[in-house]
Amino acid sequence: MPAPRRDTDLLFKALADPGRRRLLDLLHAHDGRTLGELCEHMAMTRQGVTQHLDVLEAANLVATQRRGREKLHFLNPVPLQEIYDRWLAKFERPRLRALANLKRRLEKTDG
Amino acid sequence: MARSTFLYVTYIRTTPEKLWSALTDMEFHKQYWFGMRCESGWTAGSPWKLVSSAGEILDSGEIVEAEPPRRLVIRWQHQSKPELKAEGASLCTMELEPNGSAVKLTITHTLEREGSKLIEAVSGGWPKVLSNLKSLLESGSIALQEAYPA
Repeated sequence: MPAPRRDTDLLFKALADPGRRRLLDLLHAHDGRTLGELCEHMAMTRQGVTQHLDVLEAANLVATQRRGREKLHFLNPVPLQEIYDRWLAKFERPRLRALANLKRRLEKTDG
Repeated sequence: MARSTFLYVTYIRTTPEKLWSALTDMEFHKQYWFGMRCESGWTAGSPWKLVSSAGEILDSGEIVEAEPPRRLVIRWQHQSKPELKAEGASLCTMELEPNGSAVKLTITHTLEREGSKLIEAVSGGWPKVLSNLKSLLESGSIALQEAYPA
């Protein structure tokens, strides 16, 4: 389980690998898949997929649920929303304000 | 049986008791649920509804299980849009588990139908609500003011 302080590091590390991003895309397209189902779409060993899933789970990007003997994998979008809130929404606002100011200035010159 | 499920997990640096009250307190809801609130007696069998800031009932149902501060199960049926209402009731399970200095909150939202539009619709909302809830409990302020900013 992730220690709270290292949440962000684990998250960006997990996202830094193309194979892991592919796994997230696969789960986004169809959630609740078993390891076997995911392996069918990945050009790597079962062990490799397992390791990637472990990294994604440690970063809380993948959550699992047991159903009978099967372990189902789900995309957990909450940390991505936190990245959006923390790293995107925050920087978007000044830019939108800059554009609004530019528009106002240009329109004033024209008029 | 075919079903649609979404699973959300977040770790919040708080206590199970505080998180439970944040999940079951109408005044607290308004702060992180984009002005919406849930009204219920929060005991098994009591009615439950999700109400917009304008007073419209968006979803309603009942509490199936309530075990403070660990487990809450809500039978949840959409009311506002006919095509979503027609899908029938979904089941929303909230589980709170202490995890070090944090609480692991798991929300499972399930409907016994493949490709549920209701589950699709709530999937856009839950991450925003949970991100706001985490931010509010940890820092005292919310991250997003509006669910769908212009």
